[in-house]
Amino acid sequence: MKHKPFFWFVLPSALAMLLFIFFPIVSVLVQSVHVDHEQVIKTVETCDLFGCKESTTVDQGATAALRAERPLGQFAGLTTYADINHLAINKVGENWQQSNSWREFGSQMLNLPFYKAIGFTLTFTFIVTPLVIIFGFIIAVAVNAAVQKIRGPLIFFSLLPMMITPLVGALILFWMVDARGIIGATLQYLAGDPDLSVKASTPLTWIMLMVYGVWHAAPFAFIVYYAGLQSVNQDTLEAARVDGANRWLQIRHVIIPHLLPLTTFIALMQLMDNFRVFEPIVSFSAEAHATSLSWAIFNDLGGETRQLSSAAATSVLTIIGVAILLSPVLVRTWREFDRK
Amino acid sequence: MSSKAQRQPVAITFLVIGVLAIWMILAAFPFLWTLWGSFKVEGDFFSKANWANALTGKLTVSETGARVTGDGYYGAWVQEKFWLAAWNSAIVCFFVVTISLTLGTLGGYALARSTYRYAFWFLLSALIFRAMPPITLVSGYLPVFFQWNLWGHTATTIIVLVAINQPFTLWMLHSFFKNIPAELDESAMVDGCTRFQAFRNVIIPVMWPGVITTGLFSFLLAYNDFAVTTMLLSKENQTMIPKVASFLGTTQTKGNVMFAVSAVVSVTAPLFLMVLFFQRQIVGGLTAGAVKG
Repeated sequence: MKHKPFFWFVLPSALAMLLFIFFPIVSVLVQSVHVDHEQVIKTVETCDLFGCKESTTVDQGATAALRAERPLGQFAGLTTYADINHLAINKVGENWQQSNSWREFGSQMLNLPFYKAIGFTLTFTFIVTPLVIIFGFIIAVAVNAAVQKIRGPLIFFSLLPMMITPLVGALILFWMVDARGIIGATLQYLAGDPDLSVKASTPLTWIMLMVYGVWHAAPFAFIVYYAGLQSVNQDTLEAARVDGANRWLQIRHVIIPHLLPLTTFIALMQLMDNFRVFEPIVSFSAEAHATSLSWAIFNDLGGETRQLSSAAATSVLTIIGVAILLSPVLVRTWREFDRK
Repeated sequence: MSSKAQRQPVAITFLVIGVLAIWMILAAFPFLWTLWGSFKVEGDFFSKANWANALTGKLTVSETGARVTGDGYYGAWVQEKFWLAAWNSAIVCFFVVTISLTLGTLGGYALARSTYRYAFWFLLSALIFRAMPPITLVSGYLPVFFQWNLWGHTATTIIVLVAINQPFTLWMLHSFFKNIPAELDESAMVDGCTRFQAFRNVIIPVMWPGVITTGLFSFLLAYNDFAVTTMLLSKENQTMIPKVASFLGTTQTKGNVMFAVSAVVSVTAPLFLMVLFFQRQIVGGLTAGAVKG
């Protein structure tokens, strides 16, 4: 395709992405190094019978004018990044010096909002992703072994947890693990503790969120693996069987190598999606026990006072995280393209 | 296949049946449970005494006189105006899907046909954009949208969702167009068509399977979105998902939980139908990127 028609064909979508994905990233960067203007204080001298007094008041008019004139706020450099709600550099140094053990240091770090969020986000990402791959594979092998006739309905029900809106899917699960719900009641019965509440316990909340994560994403891995299984070379499989490979050896040496490229694809998609874990935390009202980077941004943006600079700084840190996660894939894609 | 099944030892057959049975329960039971429970009163759906009350509806009988009640649905749809949110969702989804597909087919077609290096860079940057969590972008929109009074309108949200949708749409349509032989439009151009005429008269008639699949995923993105719609829409323009979330804030009042439960069931129903009718396209779309390329 020649340059000119190419340009006109991609222009609309390039423009959309430039305006609403690229510019916001720039805007976030700029916003994160600015903070709100301080209020303009004026000194007023009031004189009465007993002499003159000086008092200070907020000059509402001047403050509003300043804010209107320079809506970005004042330049603050990296102070927002260093403050207690983000990297908390001073506090981390203090903790480092005061704490006696790694354990103590770790627990103090998890009291800082940013480290609490990134701690959960990373744990969630790196526990859920492998589990999704494993469960997806098991389900795919099982469905593939089922009779042709029932595969349609099996796939239909398997797709549901993935197609459902994350917020809604998490809510459904949340209601069931409620102390008065069916799973919650069962857990109480199994643990022999009538006061057991998943919502009130940090480890249980983390586990529930991850269970939800696996439940939601396993169908995706399943579908991809299932499609991969349809294209396994039957001759290779037959040859392995003739050579005396049992079922396990067939899976180990024929099927798994065949599915390996798909695993990279699933892992990439899952790392990206799990890193932005957000809706389940809202649904589970889990913010007291678990927060994620996305949730932290959401929290800053919502509410009465919109803390735009704080949200922007967290956004930039999140984008850096995404970039780090994505870099091996990008390097690989680029090398592959180069070879072609 | 059948000869292989016959050779299968009994133990493995049982293992397969076991895995499938457990998975089917895990996948389907939560939905059935919630659907059933949405026709009960709160005391039954969240039963302190006995979870089996949710099945039998003991309190539902004593409170309303019938085994099932539509109170939750009435409360959500009429009292809390969920119908308005449903209507807003319909508008947002319709426009997001049509605009995304229009932009996406043009761009995806060009990317599939171009052999230059910049087409690859374009796709790679789209992949990077795809990885951006939407909420980080939202924090970039808000200051600007407040400044220019764009906040709260349905149109703004539609354009934002279209843009967030573009990377995915482009990748998907690009791989679909790759499967349409280039000779098809090239021969049309040899016969004197311009590039756009070739696209219009030769490609558009054969591209529908790919477009339908991509459309389904665009629909899902717009329908399921929470981060963008909850931050960018004013209260009266709210779509269904933020509306469900807003029910949660008021859970303390008795009865309101059931509003949320019936709203959740109402949100899920269209998705059920979609998977039911378009299962083949969805499976095809999910695997297109992985298996072919």
